Amino acid sequence: MTAKEKQRLAERAINIALDSGAQESAVIISDSKSSAVEVREGKIDKLEQSDQMGLSIRLLVDNKFSAHSTNRLDDASEVKRFIQEAVSATRFLSEDPLRALPDPGLYYQGGGPDLKLWDETIESVDPRTRIDAAFAAEKEIAGSDERIISVSAGYSDGYSNRFMVTSNGFRGEKANTFFGMGASVSVRSGEARPEGYWSENSLFYNRLQRKGIGEKALDRAIRKIGQRKIASGRMSMIVENRIAGRLLGAVITAMNGSSIQQKNSFLIDALETQIASEALTVTDDPFVISGQGSAYFDSEGLAMRRRTMIEKGVLKDYYINTYYGRKLEMNPNSGDTSNLIFGHGENDFSGLAGQVQKGVLVTGFNGGNSNGSTGDFSFGIEGFYIERGEILHPVSEMNISGNMKEIWKRLAETGNDPYLNSSWQIPSMLFNDVDFSGI
Amino acid sequence: MNLNRRTFIKTGSSAVAGVMLLPSLAGSCSSAVISENVKEYLDHFGVTPEILRKIVSVAMSRGGDYADLFFEHKISNALALQDGTVNRAFSNIDYGVGIRVLKGDQTGFAYSESVNEKSMSDAALMAANIASSGNSFSASPLTEKAPASFYELKKRWEDVSVGEKVPFLQMLNDRVFSLDSKVVKVSASINDETSRIMFYNSEGMLSWDYRPLVSMSVVCIMQKGSQIENSYSSRSFRTGFEWISESLVDELSAEVVNNTNLLFDAVKPRAGEMPVVMGAGGSGILLHEAIGHTFEADFNRKGTSIFSDKMGKKVAADFVNIIDDGTLLNNRGSLNIDDEGNEVQKTYLVKDGVLNSYIHDRISAAYYGVNPTGNGRRQDFRNMPLPRMRATYMEAGPFTREEIFNNIDYGVYVDQFSNGEVKIGAGDFTFFAKSGYLIEKGKLTQPIKDINIIGNGPQALADITMAADDYLIDNSTWSCGKDGQTVPVTCGLPSILVKKLTVGGTN
Repeated sequence: MTAKEKQRLAERAINIALDSGAQESAVIISDSKSSAVEVREGKIDKLEQSDQMGLSIRLLVDNKFSAHSTNRLDDASEVKRFIQEAVSATRFLSEDPLRALPDPGLYYQGGGPDLKLWDETIESVDPRTRIDAAFAAEKEIAGSDERIISVSAGYSDGYSNRFMVTSNGFRGEKANTFFGMGASVSVRSGEARPEGYWSENSLFYNRLQRKGIGEKALDRAIRKIGQRKIASGRMSMIVENRIAGRLLGAVITAMNGSSIQQKNSFLIDALETQIASEALTVTDDPFVISGQGSAYFDSEGLAMRRRTMIEKGVLKDYYINTYYGRKLEMNPNSGDTSNLIFGHGENDFSGLAGQVQKGVLVTGFNGGNSNGSTGDFSFGIEGFYIERGEILHPVSEMNISGNMKEIWKRLAETGNDPYLNSSWQIPSMLFNDVDFSGI
Repeated sequence: MNLNRRTFIKTGSSAVAGVMLLPSLAGSCSSAVISENVKEYLDHFGVTPEILRKIVSVAMSRGGDYADLFFEHKISNALALQDGTVNRAFSNIDYGVGIRVLKGDQTGFAYSESVNEKSMSDAALMAANIASSGNSFSASPLTEKAPASFYELKKRWEDVSVGEKVPFLQMLNDRVFSLDSKVVKVSASINDETSRIMFYNSEGMLSWDYRPLVSMSVVCIMQKGSQIENSYSSRSFRTGFEWISESLVDELSAEVVNNTNLLFDAVKPRAGEMPVVMGAGGSGILLHEAIGHTFEADFNRKGTSIFSDKMGKKVAADFVNIIDDGTLLNNRGSLNIDDEGNEVQKTYLVKDGVLNSYIHDRISAAYYGVNPTGNGRRQDFRNMPLPRMRATYMEAGPFTREEIFNNIDYGVYVDQFSNGEVKIGAGDFTFFAKSGYLIEKGKLTQPIKDINIIGNGPQALADITMAADDYLIDNSTWSCGKDGQTVPVTCGLPSILVKKLTVGGTN
């Protein structure tokens, strides 16, 4: 479907909604496509292709709210019936006067320069290129070490596109391409079969790091040989950049308007208070060129801004959408994160490790959870034991436990290694005095 | 590994009942031998046996060994209460056909959201490319395989209006508030789903299923001074509207209020290794994580599971019988037919302490030369089937709960869980206990909360030293994720003692 056709479909859907009795409506036409190859033992293990299109619609009918979606778009009369019945069903609900589309003055008005999220190459990548890329990652290591049990490698690419129209004047389109590769290796170590994994991704084909993926996966598997748990105790902890989102995620969720309004946040009334050490500064920057979370508007159409969320440990802002903004009597500023950019420390990864007298470098989480209301958390971990700045041996089958309100105050330093494969560009982080459970 | 899966814009969870849409009907089929049941499904998806054969021929045109078509039409509805009123509803309609081609253990997969011949042929050709030789396929005559009947259904969700569900959520809200003055927030929802499935493969086999699924859930938040605590309860079954009742509301509200209340006085246990008693029911998450995933035959076929060379070996005490069962009546994990047309079974994974069977899909069953166990499952037509669990539980053991506790000087008792995870190769698994109790000198003492517990699968299995006679299936809304695909499951356990696991806590 061309952009024009999508716009026509969206506008038609809104008109049907309004004609059926809705006062306000927002429609998103989304389409996406992806192709993926996975190879194993010199053969193609899986070839997959995905191609989807859908319509989703939000309705406000006499102050009552509902949202619906369908992928049955071939037959115009069926789409019409779907929306008419959705409007009728909405009438059974209770009124919720705080539901409304955003104030049109807060919508993105257009005119921003290209954020460079689309790579034309996507049109020309052929199946052979995908297969060759995956085989190349596998070949880096296949047969290179007798401890290897299994090597899988994969390549995928595709695009995602959303066209959004609202009944109070918003029109916007967002699209991005993506390219990714990864490899997974299992090695034998007595009874255990540790696994190593590495992946790279990018919005641009030419910027996708294609070399070294197999090697890094193998290296990570081999380094795990001999994993064991160590005695319980309070120690330092370094969290590797690529997994640190698991810890930060609990904080971001607690900053969300719906969590706060539902009293399911440990950051209620915490604006302008110290929630972390001075080492933590987080900026939400939607305008990073080719950033994985870059966008001019959010899922409601609200114009996004560059915002300081946490400055030297002080909470400066929440994520507030239109509905929870009204409930909380706060100004909506977007309920979505874009790119999270961190203040960088001086040290690289080994610089952080060098400062640790006794501690664990955490390279993987295994389960665990965090209590939204209280901030209590407990996570399974694996990684490496560090003593006097030196990595001694791999560890596993251990837990860390604590409270989000406390652990972030023990953040000693952030590394200079932001993780660029994600919209959350988190650096490695060093925490002091963390509760580890082991033997 | 999950390099390839990206779920874009997961459109809402679901649908308002009453918006059920029948796809436009194509001409009815001409064949005289097909039953009314099959005719209904063919008409529903607007295809004929001739079209099915044609698409399968395209799928097999590059020399594949086998191909299947998975037609699905799913209508999902969610209705939710927040801040005292039922003020939001969501619905989703999803429709399409997944086309899979196998060549040995290699898979080609594509899907079409349209069932017109051109779109289906394009997808079939895409999937066909997993093979690269000539075509020697000749279509087999169509054979019908009637599904089993593991779900009872009186009133279908398609026939239930939003208005009929609203009073139950309102009642649940009011009940929770009335049970404790500390309650400050309640949110509740009813999620229902109806899937029509039609399956056809290159062997000519045609089957079908009509799958209902419902869950009712409630979140309770209480405040005492400045302390805020939350808990969550839910139930889920494959059944109809008749299941939603006042007694269900009573059960959920009492449970969520009790569980939230416990947390105000809860402490954290000591950090480290200790005996863990797992209460009957939801503790089955232990089996799901510690054993279930590592028994999935795709991992074992590739040699990446810690259980890869343990078939037929003694892995647990004699009284340990672990089952993965897709045949429990109305169970959330049950299926009348699996997602690759195979009969669903009650499968003994561990029998009398000996590893008895892996969890198989078609590819792994062929690899191991065994019959499929009916564990081939997929999230939807957009995804290929994988070996997946259904209801995973352990049979009752020879001890009593009292005998179990008597053995413990210091340990923890856990019976409320939120999530778990496992590393297949290393065997390390975890589960997160929302609440439980300390055990001191054989007695339950203080409540505990929010602790992660970690162990190693084979070791934990060997460390199950006692099991009680109180086996129970937990009917909460469990979902299992693997390779980016989520499927409904359940779990169950009698009270058991695991001699030693590592408990998250304070030093």
